[in-house]
Amino acid sequence: MVGTAIGAAINGMRPIVEMQFADFSSTALNQILNNAGTHYWRTNVSVPITVRLPSGGTKGSGPFHSQSMESIYAHYPGLIVMTPATVEDAYTMLIEAVGIDDPVVYCEHKYLYYHLKADNLPTEGLPTGRARIAREGRDLTIVTYSAMLHEALAVAEQLVNEGFEIEVVDLRSVKPLDTNTVLASVARTGRLLCVGESFPWGGATAEIIARVTAEGFHLLDAAPQRLNAKDTPIPYHPNLWSAHRPNAKEIARKARALLRE
Amino acid sequence: MLETATRGKKSTRSKAAPHERFLEAFRWMLLARTLEEKLVSLYRGGLITGGVYIGKGQEAVSVACGLFLQKGDILAPLIRDQAGRSAFGEPLLDVTRTYLGSRQGPMRGRDGNIHRGRPRDNQLAMISHLGAMVSVTVGALMAKRFRGEKNFVGLSCIGEGGMQTGAFHEGMNIAAVEQVPLVVVATNNHYAYSTPNDREFACDDLVDRAIAYGFEGYSVDGTDLAKCLDVIGGAVKRARAGRPPQLVVASILRLSGHGEHDDATYVTDEIKREPFARDCVKVAEQAIVDLNLADAETLTEWRRDAAAQVDQAISTAQKEAAPEGDEEDWCAISTRDMRRRRSCSAMTNAFLSTDKMLAEHSAAPLRQRKVSRRNFPDAC
Ligand SMILES: Cc1ncc(C[n+]2csc(CCOP(=O)(O)OP(=O)(O)O)c2C)c(N)n1
Ligand SMILES: [Mg+2]
Repeated sequence: MVGTAIGAAINGMRPIVEMQFADFSSTALNQILNNAGTHYWRTNVSVPITVRLPSGGTKGSGPFHSQSMESIYAHYPGLIVMTPATVEDAYTMLIEAVGIDDPVVYCEHKYLYYHLKADNLPTEGLPTGRARIAREGRDLTIVTYSAMLHEALAVAEQLVNEGFEIEVVDLRSVKPLDTNTVLASVARTGRLLCVGESFPWGGATAEIIARVTAEGFHLLDAAPQRLNAKDTPIPYHPNLWSAHRPNAKEIARKARALLRE
Repeated sequence: MLETATRGKKSTRSKAAPHERFLEAFRWMLLARTLEEKLVSLYRGGLITGGVYIGKGQEAVSVACGLFLQKGDILAPLIRDQAGRSAFGEPLLDVTRTYLGSRQGPMRGRDGNIHRGRPRDNQLAMISHLGAMVSVTVGALMAKRFRGEKNFVGLSCIGEGGMQTGAFHEGMNIAAVEQVPLVVVATNNHYAYSTPNDREFACDDLVDRAIAYGFEGYSVDGTDLAKCLDVIGGAVKRARAGRPPQLVVASILRLSGHGEHDDATYVTDEIKREPFARDCVKVAEQAIVDLNLADAETLTEWRRDAAAQVDQAISTAQKEAAPEGDEEDWCAISTRDMRRRRSCSAMTNAFLSTDKMLAEHSAAPLRQRKVSRRNFPDAC
């Protein structure tokens, strides 16, 4: 599927490939990473494909219908990796993805299908590569993307009662990664927590912490923290699943610990 | 179509009378053989970095893959297709520039040897992963069909080893499902690197798979140029005429190592005595002599001409500058506004003040901090 899309894209089309689930895109890794991702660099001919990945966990979906693969794709050169968290962004960014000359891996969280609605579809959105301050605050920055944004916002609301104002940054795309917006936020708050739904070894959250530590070490009042899913396959049973992924309770616990430091 | 390397006579392509086409094909074979022998000696002399993979023994099959394609057709060559690439129109300079590391080659030092290509001119640039280019060829053909183009074909090359990959099966399947005008030419040279046929597949004959894929299948003796032209030319014609996708399986022996680093001691003496172990260039030349299609003087003249073209392409490439790391554009994406944003953020690095960032991003009450003046990491 991805191979044919690449061939069509080289020949002037702008194909959209829809994976049934992000998890299955592992069988197309070779075409996405080694063919689409290298093509422009090697030949000067860009490959405008959009690969749609229905991502993230839902109750009862188990190890092979729940994955978040943005970090794998972001690791390789030549790809743009979008991770919209809102219906509005999902809409404008998908349109933008098709218009972009480079291969776009478009990670659409299933949470957006099931739980979110937009009253009106926007005619314009922030361009990809620009993060959005989803909530302003001064005590702690939570950097996140995709469905975890909503968990982070819930935690921020909850901690108002405890006297904390948490700033929440929605990255919108993990590649390009808007380091400047993150640094500006950390400059305001002095504390950083990164939250992502993918597995904990490396990945987007680790990348953000590496960048902030390298470029803005002096901005930090406490060691930056990250929260990801657990380092096991994603479980089937709802009780196990909700303990596997970062949830509001865990985020709140981490946030409180950071705020007390 | 690419500009063809210059030769005495203009190509008459598939419309030529059989013996004229035979001679034309033979000259491309000679050119490929001459070029690859030269590349081998440059490699041995330490003048080529990376691998050299040649198509010695495979020229008759390969030339037939390039010769029948016309403007607008697509060629997806693999590692042993110099003759076909040249016949399709790849300039010799593309080859020598790529092997010798000129910054002016189509790959500009970013990729080497047989991975070169010019996708804009319908010559696809293979990735190493065998089998991957079949579906890419199918997609290119689908795009042409969507746009309403007519009378085009695509030809994708593969080895018998590559035929055993999952990607190959997927590509064949989608080609037949989509009924695109595709010819797949599989060259069974009896080894995949050092792995012999009996460790590669267990069916009697690879061409039997054609029917299972929904292809029409043909076999050909790859040492016999006339038969290669006939069978592969016929397959191209049938695909162009709207028949189902075509599979041609050619039988030869690889007359070199897998690459020039490989002495191929594992190739048995027994197999070297098989009829398919004949050298197709010698066989074709003998036919030319036997049928009196060209005299000895003409043959010598053709050889000299091939050598002169090759020498010219090599000396040109050798004079050209190599790419330099500190002048390279280290961005793997083409999207202009993303690149602008990149350079824009690089510029801001030098001047970015906390105030400015804060004003841009938030109206909340703030603590003042100094932001690093060191480079921010790339936006990419
Ligand atoms: C998927 C994949 N596996 C392994 C390799 C390494 N490799 C490069 S060429 C080659 C042998 C291929 O044999 P065959 O397809 O018969 O082609 P031949 O070299 O004989 O022309 C191998 C194993 C590769 N390029 N791609
Ligand atoms: Mg082989």
